[in-house]
Amino acid sequence: MVLDDISLAVKPGEVVVVSGPSGCGKSTVLRCINGLEQIQGGRILLDGAVVDGASKDIAAVRAKLGMVFQSYELFPHLTVIENVTLAPTVVLRRPKGEVESEALELLDRVGLKDRAGDYPRQLSGGQKQRVAIARALAMKPEIMLLDEITAALDPEMVHEVLDVILDLAREGKTMIIVTHEMGFARAVADRMVFVDGGAIVEEGPPDEFFDNPKTERARKFLHTFEYESVR
Amino acid sequence: MAEYLPLFWQAMLLTLRIGWVGILGAIVLGLLVAMVVHFKVPVLRQIAGAYVELFRNTPLLIQLFFMYFALPRLGVPISAEACGMLGLALLGGAYMAESFRAGLEAVEPIQFESAQALGMTRWQLMRHVVLPQAVTLSIQSFVANVIFLLKETSVFSAISLLDLMFVAKDLIGLYYKTTECLVLLVIFYLIMILPVSILGSYVERRLRYGSFGPARA
Repeated sequence: MVLDDISLAVKPGEVVVVSGPSGCGKSTVLRCINGLEQIQGGRILLDGAVVDGASKDIAAVRAKLGMVFQSYELFPHLTVIENVTLAPTVVLRRPKGEVESEALELLDRVGLKDRAGDYPRQLSGGQKQRVAIARALAMKPEIMLLDEITAALDPEMVHEVLDVILDLAREGKTMIIVTHEMGFARAVADRMVFVDGGAIVEEGPPDEFFDNPKTERARKFLHTFEYESVR
Repeated sequence: MAEYLPLFWQAMLLTLRIGWVGILGAIVLGLLVAMVVHFKVPVLRQIAGAYVELFRNTPLLIQLFFMYFALPRLGVPISAEACGMLGLALLGGAYMAESFRAGLEAVEPIQFESAQALGMTRWQLMRHVVLPQAVTLSIQSFVANVIFLLKETSVFSAISLLDLMFVAKDLIGLYYKTTECLVLLVIFYLIMILPVSILGSYVERRLRYGSFGPARA
């Protein structure tokens, strides 16, 4: 069993950061929420409705959840703007012109309006990830699920991506963020959730979590970011 | 020799007509079979597998003979032309299925998830995300298959279709102009296939995976 004893309620407008050692099940939590992972027991509720990855209505549920992957996963055969407009036109069946002007606004917001006609392979990792964020936002999701979105990026590109997310947080977007960027986590989180061994070990406000972790496991985990033992 | 040209021209048009319908059929059939095999559709998958093996491992000539001579006896009347189209579609479908399947397998599984996460249904993500990439990934073997199928049309004369080979053999039999006729035969096959080959490698260059869009400076 990968996950056990996970109980998490996220309020509208809240930013929850999930952290923990690699392989602890952080990403699996996100994948369960939008039904990409099958669950053997327990329930996931979105606005009071059950999320079931095997049901026919799962596509409609996923349309309300914006997911961004570590490896961007842009569609390589489509241009930047086509990547952003595809789901709103195909899934929501909205008129193309309207969707396109919204997409340009979103691209402008992530600083990539001038790259609208380019193909993903012409972009850097940070730019690809910003397009992926715009693509998720184009569906006007109720919740954004961000799965280690900076883990594959060079350090200098991490910032340009996280800036976009901080901006979204200020705007009041509900987000569940899995990340190893502890400085960013502290800045963006309303609540920290620490997962280890497939269970929630500790949760609380970020200042409390970072300054006075309650559990030994969280202390140990946070300690790995201080490099004192290496010195 | 000039008086033979219209005959060869007519024969080439016939070959092209049968060829293009047959190849179109092969593409549709190939896509369907590739999806059935790739998504492991029960029962259909076994049928598809048997079909691919049967048609890839028997000569077109024998498939055509079977359809042309055996089907009418089984109560299915079929014209030589329809037989040529059907034969080409069935043979080509088996080859196309294999190359499309390889293309489907080469699409990163996380691309499915990426499309699913945007709320796309299975059909939508196949149509807009997976198939375009799969076809692009299989473009090289796809072009090779088209050329192969056009060349295979040279056995059509065996079921009394007035194709290029038929005309050449006929003229050789009548006038003994063996060399001239064979040279014309080669030239007309080149006229037919060379453009496909050139267009194919152009498309290949443009579409090869990872090189969508203009080349990076």
